[in-house]
Amino acid sequence: MRSSRLLRALRLGVGSLLLHKLRSTLTTLGVLFGVASVIAMLAVAEGASEQAQEQIRQLGSTNVILRSVKPPEDLVSNQETRVLAYGLTREDLERIRGTYPGLRAVVPVLDTPQEVRYLEHVCSPHVQCVPPEYLEVTGRVLHAGRFLAAADERAYAQVCVLSYEIARYLFPFEPALGKRVKIGADYFEVVGVTIGRVPIGQIHIDPGQEVAGDVFLPLATGRKIFGERQVRVRSGTMDITEVELHEIIVGVRETVDVPFIAAACRAMLASEHPRKDYEVVVPLELLIRERETKRIFSIVLGSIAGISLLVGGIGIMNVMLATVTERTREIGVRRALGAKRRHIVSQFLIETIVLSGAGGLAGVALGLAVPWWIEYKSGMRTIVTPQAPLLAFAISVGTGVIFGLYPAWRAASMDPVEALRHE
Amino acid sequence: MTLLGSSTPQQKLGAQPVAELRDVTRVYTMGETEVRALDGISHAFQHGEYWSIMGSSGSGKSTLLNILGCIDRPTAGDYFVRGRGVADLDDDELSELRGRELGFVFQSYNLIPQLDVLENIMVPVLYLDDVPPEAEDRARSLAERVGLIDRLDHRPAQLSGGQQQRVAIARALINDPALILADEATGNLDTRTAEEILELFDELHEEGKTILLVTHEEEVGRRAEKTLRLRDGRVAEVGENR
Repeated sequence: MRSSRLLRALRLGVGSLLLHKLRSTLTTLGVLFGVASVIAMLAVAEGASEQAQEQIRQLGSTNVILRSVKPPEDLVSNQETRVLAYGLTREDLERIRGTYPGLRAVVPVLDTPQEVRYLEHVCSPHVQCVPPEYLEVTGRVLHAGRFLAAADERAYAQVCVLSYEIARYLFPFEPALGKRVKIGADYFEVVGVTIGRVPIGQIHIDPGQEVAGDVFLPLATGRKIFGERQVRVRSGTMDITEVELHEIIVGVRETVDVPFIAAACRAMLASEHPRKDYEVVVPLELLIRERETKRIFSIVLGSIAGISLLVGGIGIMNVMLATVTERTREIGVRRALGAKRRHIVSQFLIETIVLSGAGGLAGVALGLAVPWWIEYKSGMRTIVTPQAPLLAFAISVGTGVIFGLYPAWRAASMDPVEALRHE
Repeated sequence: MTLLGSSTPQQKLGAQPVAELRDVTRVYTMGETEVRALDGISHAFQHGEYWSIMGSSGSGKSTLLNILGCIDRPTAGDYFVRGRGVADLDDDELSELRGRELGFVFQSYNLIPQLDVLENIMVPVLYLDDVPPEAEDRARSLAERVGLIDRLDHRPAQLSGGQQQRVAIARALINDPALILADEATGNLDTRTAEEILELFDELHEEGKTILLVTHEEEVGRRAEKTLRLRDGRVAEVGENR
């Protein structure tokens, strides 16, 4: 009996609203856009934040990364050839290896700006000379073949590992393994392919376009062939930089130790490198900062959402007040026929809930469609968390109840005599 | 609420009036001035009687009707429906009393536009604290009684004035009330349709219903068994029409 009463009340509510289709639709639109924008905004924010966190996580949340940074040039020279030596040294590497306990690995990285070529395909990826532990410390995953081995280091083997993007670019129609690519002036055999930074499904290879990616060489081989001098010719001047190590990746065993190791590295480098030709990147700190940013972003979005739903709620209240005035006589008749105050309250409340609920449902549908469309059109990552539509819908219905209470109460507290006399 | 049951022994004996006004006064305060719309009216309506309440405008007809219909309360005095005084009822109890014991028929029908005929007839049932399970069957038989059984799913806007008033009468009868209150029930109808409605009232009277017909038309007023005439908020005349 109770459920059939509720059902009938709902049906009657819909019926009354359908008497004013345009008005009801417009009111619903207010809620609809509120709810849809909340879901869409949250999805975009969530996607962006997830992407940022993913990038940070790829750096390795238990790692501390030390990087060489070109110091601010103290004199502007017009010399045609300049040699600039800066950055992390092998001494730094040994000091870290020898000093701190609780480390998984300390991995040096030497960059060398070389062109990589296979037949007519040429690209300038990020060529890094690294030891075998690099794979484990950075958490990169092999796609095919093997990574660099200790034996390669000992034998100064001319082998290399490509990241997936580079492999696809250089070898669009054939497997890369076993092929020899030209790096600088020497030939290297491809022994492995790692999975790239970008998920495989999202890679779009355009033959005319430069690709970003990595090529890994054994550290010993790289140092022997290319040395520690990086030569870059730029608008008539030749920039020569000498950097012993571009990066030292310090892999910490336990996450809790990361802040201490980071602090120790900072202190050590500060005393050894007064020129400030280094930076310390702590992914864990970035992650924490990113989460904080996301929290603030969520608060801001929440406030905007609150305002938009408030506007929708005021719209509902406005329409319901007009409806109550318009139906004063009906209210009088219902009261004369035995309706109690609570019957009138529930009648009008149900109508507002139907209004806001319908708006909420349509808003959820639109709110789910918009992120999908954004992702489809721009390739931007969006994430709709399961809570977002539920929350938005619940809030829209809650808004209906809150803003419907006053009109419903006004309707119920009318004097039946006055209401019946109303024209 | 059991006191309101439709078959108390007293009522069967006819000893207790269906509705009784005891020294009822209703005063409206409009700013500084007080208007005495009803001034000490005492009267009893017995079971099965057919009354017309007449008077010129301003005589207090409407106020009396509001009091009889329990949508307004006396300023002084008391009003009893089947022996129960309304003075000490709260708003909910008064609403329940209206729904159970009083059937309204208005001049402008006052059907609810978004409901069809059957739903309109059933409105007073739905507001009762406990809905009788056979209510829908009863609504159908009432629709048949007023000749609208083939219009059950029509909306009020699809019906003529006379038909709408028949729906309103069926609605007034749905809870088998103690008293049917008709307020200028034929005022919006042409002579022939009005005659049909009045014939319907005659039939209901023959079936033993208690009817109060408020009107300012002498011709309509004479159709009732008895007439109560009001003047300046007092009973001016009580007379029989046959």
